[in-house]
Amino acid sequence: MNRHLISSADLTAADALAVLDTAEQLARLAERPIPKLPTLRGRTVVNLFYEDSTRTRISFEAAAKRLSADVINFSAKGSSVAKGESLKDTALTLQAMGADAVVIRHNASGAPHRLAEWVAGSVINAGDGTHEHPTQALLDAFTIRRRLHRLDGLRVAIVGDVLHSRVARSNVWLLHTLGAKVTLVAPPTLLPVAVNSWPCSVSYDFSSVLPRTDVVMMLRVQHERMSQAFFPSVREYSRRYGLDNDRMALLPDHAIVMHPGPMNRGVEIAADVADSPRSTIVEQVANGVSVRMAVLYLLLGGSGGGSGAVGTGSAGQPVLSPEVAR
Amino acid sequence: MAGTTPKPVLGADEIRRALSRIGHEILERTDGATEVVLLGIPTRGVPLARRLAARLSQTEGIEVPVGSLDITLYRDDLRLRPARTLGPTEVPESGIDGKVVILVDDVLYSGRTVRAALDALGDIGRPRAVQLAVLVDRGHRELPIRPDYVGKNLPTAKREEVRVHLTETDGQDCVLLQARQEVAG
Repeated sequence: MNRHLISSADLTAADALAVLDTAEQLARLAERPIPKLPTLRGRTVVNLFYEDSTRTRISFEAAAKRLSADVINFSAKGSSVAKGESLKDTALTLQAMGADAVVIRHNASGAPHRLAEWVAGSVINAGDGTHEHPTQALLDAFTIRRRLHRLDGLRVAIVGDVLHSRVARSNVWLLHTLGAKVTLVAPPTLLPVAVNSWPCSVSYDFSSVLPRTDVVMMLRVQHERMSQAFFPSVREYSRRYGLDNDRMALLPDHAIVMHPGPMNRGVEIAADVADSPRSTIVEQVANGVSVRMAVLYLLLGGSGGGSGAVGTGSAGQPVLSPEVAR
Repeated sequence: MAGTTPKPVLGADEIRRALSRIGHEILERTDGATEVVLLGIPTRGVPLARRLAARLSQTEGIEVPVGSLDITLYRDDLRLRPARTLGPTEVPESGIDGKVVILVDDVLYSGRTVRAALDALGDIGRPRAVQLAVLVDRGHRELPIRPDYVGKNLPTAKREEVRVHLTETDGQDCVLLQARQEVAG
């Protein structure tokens, strides 16, 4: 099952901690004069992006290149997809080219799951529709752990457009697995119907949650996915669910403010807050490379993943739990 | 083979004496170890490097920088086994450029770990010289690599396994020789 990284709900606490610990070691290597490692030499990583993305694609590309993998970037615009090629045919093409890993972003929820059935290499979900974005959740957990030195028992508020947010879904599951207590804060119209089956609590009153919060994770208002009116006006949304200086003052002194980017400054987060020392927004980007390196290493670095090693006898091996060194 | 009993090859006293001797040899061969940096290879090379540094500080009163060098990402056999956990890499503040780096490991076998360590060192800096200290040399080299300081030369068969136990990692000091255990998975 764990030859791929499709959903953070699939990860056990041990898997997730293995990624975070590996990322911690890899982050230190980034400070060296030569940050490049020979680990994935000869492996091919395909970035298959059906949706626009800057930071995630660049982050995966940087991670793969630091580990010496060959990177092929494939964006749907200007490719055979624009001519009507199906996901399956694209997958078979990648398969024929010998991709050891496919990093996929797709506007349809579940696309990475389907892709995993068609390719022999590892599939890494870089965001599918409104479903999941597991490496974002892992880098958020990594950032929290670096700042606050633990995850277990922390109180995390995820605020805003939960309905359209794959970041929120991935974070709820991962943070729950790692022992944090998650509260979703959003207007009722921006919460999914099934939210009461998620391992978290829900609040409609942002200000009352803030004093009892260690981490505030702001979500982007995803105008591009909104086909109907989910709130009366941007201004009203910002008043009730935006994080400004006054609200930030309600937080405990040690609390941090996160945002997965790209930000709508002045809508869900005020510019002063985004640039304050509590904000981890720039760190999140830097940590993203280390965490994605860890994921690529754990999926491709050993005998478990990659088309070159298929059938070498480690089927069913939980790849994300590394073997303990002798 | 769970039935075979491990045979002790070195006890705590012998390990202590071997490290003392290596300490003296380092002082002799590096002109008082003033330019030396000790880098232990995780897991058990790291406590060994620390002990050597303590030994040098006791006998000569010098503080030798100690660090660790994880070589997992430089291994040539990564594809043969599932991904391994990474160990810590900590290079002393003073760096390694122009220094005499002594790599410290518990067992020298095929030499592939040392080859990987040399690659890893090359990405960190440019030492003036690199030397190798091991507690046990068990033979069966697969690469043209030899140690500069050896605690004990131990002739072994390939089907045997050398287990080094150290107080810091395993609760006691001893070296055991046993039949190779089938690797699970």
